[in-house]
Amino acid sequence: MSLDKATVRRIATLARIEVPDADLGTVAEQLSGIMGWIEQLKEVNTDNVAPMSGGTDLKLPWRKDEVTDGDKVDQVLANAPDGHDGFFTVPKVVE
Amino acid sequence: MSYILKGETGDWEVVIGLEVHAQVISKAKLFSGASADFGAGPNEHVSFIDAGMPGMLPVINERCVEQAVRTGLGLKAQINKRSVFARKNYFYADLPQGYQISQYDQPIVGEGTLVLDLADGSTRAIGIERLHLEQDAGKSIHDMHGTKSFIDLNRAGVALMEIVSKPDLRSPEEVGAYLKKMRSILRYLGTCDGNMEEGSMRCDANVSVRPVGATELRTRCEIKNVNSVRFVMQAVEYEARRHVDVYESGGKIDQETRLYDSNKGETRTMRSKEMAHDYRYFPDPDLQPLEFDDAFVESIRKTLPELPDDKKARFISAYGLSAYDADVLVSERENGEFFEVVAKGRDAKQAANWVNTNLFAVLNKKGLSIAESPVSAANLGRLLDLIADNTISGRQAKELFEAMVETGKDADVLVSELGLKQMTDTSAIEAAVDQVLAANTEKVEQFRAGKEQVLGWFVGQVMKATQGKANPATCSDLLRKKLAS
Repeated sequence: MSLDKATVRRIATLARIEVPDADLGTVAEQLSGIMGWIEQLKEVNTDNVAPMSGGTDLKLPWRKDEVTDGDKVDQVLANAPDGHDGFFTVPKVVE
Repeated sequence: MSYILKGETGDWEVVIGLEVHAQVISKAKLFSGASADFGAGPNEHVSFIDAGMPGMLPVINERCVEQAVRTGLGLKAQINKRSVFARKNYFYADLPQGYQISQYDQPIVGEGTLVLDLADGSTRAIGIERLHLEQDAGKSIHDMHGTKSFIDLNRAGVALMEIVSKPDLRSPEEVGAYLKKMRSILRYLGTCDGNMEEGSMRCDANVSVRPVGATELRTRCEIKNVNSVRFVMQAVEYEARRHVDVYESGGKIDQETRLYDSNKGETRTMRSKEMAHDYRYFPDPDLQPLEFDDAFVESIRKTLPELPDDKKARFISAYGLSAYDADVLVSERENGEFFEVVAKGRDAKQAANWVNTNLFAVLNKKGLSIAESPVSAANLGRLLDLIADNTISGRQAKELFEAMVETGKDADVLVSELGLKQMTDTSAIEAAVDQVLAANTEKVEQFRAGKEQVLGWFVGQVMKATQGKANPATCSDLLRKKLAS
């Protein structure tokens, strides 16, 4: 499977990664190479094999409905570049 | 009684599907131990999981699973003993993980049914497509700063049930009935408080139109997050009309997300097309499939309350109520419980009438819930007893009820305080009758000459003479007897 520049541009936008137009060709080639490796998996016959959800036999652990966390605004905001009065802030986003 | 939009080219029908987002009642969030309560200071109910910190792992809250299953059972739906959590990827400031943990092609609850109770007393079954569990997002606050949006993540990670209907709804009225019924069922089950104004229940509507008789579905528009039943109904009505106008003027409808502006009463485009979402769903590698056994489902089924449809059927068959009276009484669990206390051992239709008409009028006027009623169920029942044993007349009952509302005192206490006792002493009434007849010989002649309606006037006079304490039926009987002799 080969990715064209337009597809790479779209993936980059969705992933919020800036890719200069000059680099699109190279990135498309590299990603297509990765896709090529993944395509090799299609050679395995998986008819009648249920999709796996992981490589282990672990069961989903459940928790009790109890409040055991929270009340740590300072820690939650410790890495926020511009916290205000307990809030995170971001450049204004209004729809 | 179908809802048809008249157009230049013919008649159109509207096709609506609803997505209800219902906040699950639980102490903690869906995947973290932070409190799910509303109303704390900014970011106080936030764990590192909710804040999307690297390396944190979600662990599912068993209560939220139970609540989803419970809701599924209440909607008579297929319960899937194995379901899968998936990541729904999108970029927004109040979604710190960069994805919402949701369910995609394998939800916890499959197809079910919800029965609409329509204004004309008829019912109609609407298909439920699915119910899945997902995380709520945080809140963005845009009006606290000139150039910044403030983000509070207290709501981020609270469990939501997204309940999707089939495109079975055909009118704004049905949309209203669907949302009211959904709220009623969720509240009976105790799985969501159903408060649309406070946002614990939210609704998106998918609307399209088609010529009457057509079977294919046309392009739909999604109207997001409308915060009251009335506004959803208005938004659907507006949007359907817009579609008809666009088609009839030769245009085409683009599939898009729209917002309802309740001030202007119109919908408008919310997101431009180039921003169209591509959610790139995939199974969440942090979470194994959610699995449980039949015993788990059955243990929840055993604790289900009697639901509105069953209660309505019972009220109609056991008490002989009309469909309308039954609907009003079962809409809230507390209303039905109140009614049954009043009706116990008494005339049920009369009880329903007093609760639905007199009591609800007072509660609505005072803005009180039935739990705050100044008149208790036992006390209203006492009032009915006093009518039944002829202690008070129907007119006195109204007076007594008003006094009960104002003072909150017991019916019996007020009857003696206000001297409301109906005269049961026939001789006293007879004396009043004699007096009235003697004073109005002219009218007596009129009656004897065949003017029947004079009797009503006589009853009024006797009631007046006894300060309204005489039983009108007794008065009437006595008058007839005396006038005939």
